[in-house]
Amino acid sequence: MAENLTFRYKISGDDFTRAGEASSNVKSKLKQMGVDNNAIRKVAIAMYEGEINMVIHANGGTITVEISSDNIHLVLADTGPGIADIEKAMREGYSTAPEEVRSLGFGAGMGLPNMKKYSDNMTIESVVGVGTTVTMDIHL
Amino acid sequence: MTIQTLIDSGLFRSVVAGSTDKQIEKIFCCDLLSIAMSKAPEHGAWVTVMGNRNTLAVASLTDISCIILAEGVSFTEEDLECAREENIAVFTTPLPIFDAALAVHNLL
Ligand SMILES: Nc1ncnc2c1ncn2[C@@H]1O[C@H](COP(=O)(O)OP(=O)(O)O)[C@@H](O)[C@H]1O
Ligand SMILES: [Mg+2]
Repeated sequence: MAENLTFRYKISGDDFTRAGEASSNVKSKLKQMGVDNNAIRKVAIAMYEGEINMVIHANGGTITVEISSDNIHLVLADTGPGIADIEKAMREGYSTAPEEVRSLGFGAGMGLPNMKKYSDNMTIESVVGVGTTVTMDIHL
Repeated sequence: MTIQTLIDSGLFRSVVAGSTDKQIEKIFCCDLLSIAMSKAPEHGAWVTVMGNRNTLAVASLTDISCIILAEGVSFTEEDLECAREENIAVFTTPLPIFDAALAVHNLL
């Protein structure tokens, strides 16, 4: 990979059941590029959780994926309600997900902890009433 | 064993065959999708009662070998169409999760 590649996805906040299409798409692209399986798995898990969060908690947003020879850089930006207490949100098991989302198997409060665990570096910037931007790097 | 072995065993109803030469090496039981997302093993047979579109997304992202829906749970026809497109093997069974998983285990 000589040049950096950038992909942008617009995530709709309407249809929870379709969440994951962007992550699947990135996964296939990385496979085609011959990226190491373990790295693909990390990207898939981290991005999918972020994508789901955007749909459940923030009414959608945009995801930018930048692929370079030694790193995958993910930026998930939304203009949702923001996160008041990031430290609390990062705790395993903490969730404000509504019942209908829980009944579909999500809302276990594992999303942000998983994203932290599977990325090599993660930062959350959030302003209540303005939105949230999660940035993650997965080294290759 | 392969997906084909599981189909031929007749243990479960095969609703989407998927890639029949894919290997099954492990069994994984879980209904919480965030946990499944981070823990489902590659080449695993995933036994669950969570039968919705997100189950398929998790299966595809984790490279699980097949989904076994227990307790008589089924996917909608639309979801099955998606499973066919994504080439994800799907089985169904009236058995409870433990019994279904044990039956696969006995074949390994
Ligand atoms: N993009 C976001 N916008 C607003 N709130 C968020 C966002 N992502 C996460 N949160 C908050 O952080 C909590 C924990 O997130 P997470 O660990 O993914 O668990 P879950 O999604 O299962 O609730 C959520 O319940 C929600 O309150
Ligand atoms: Mg989440």
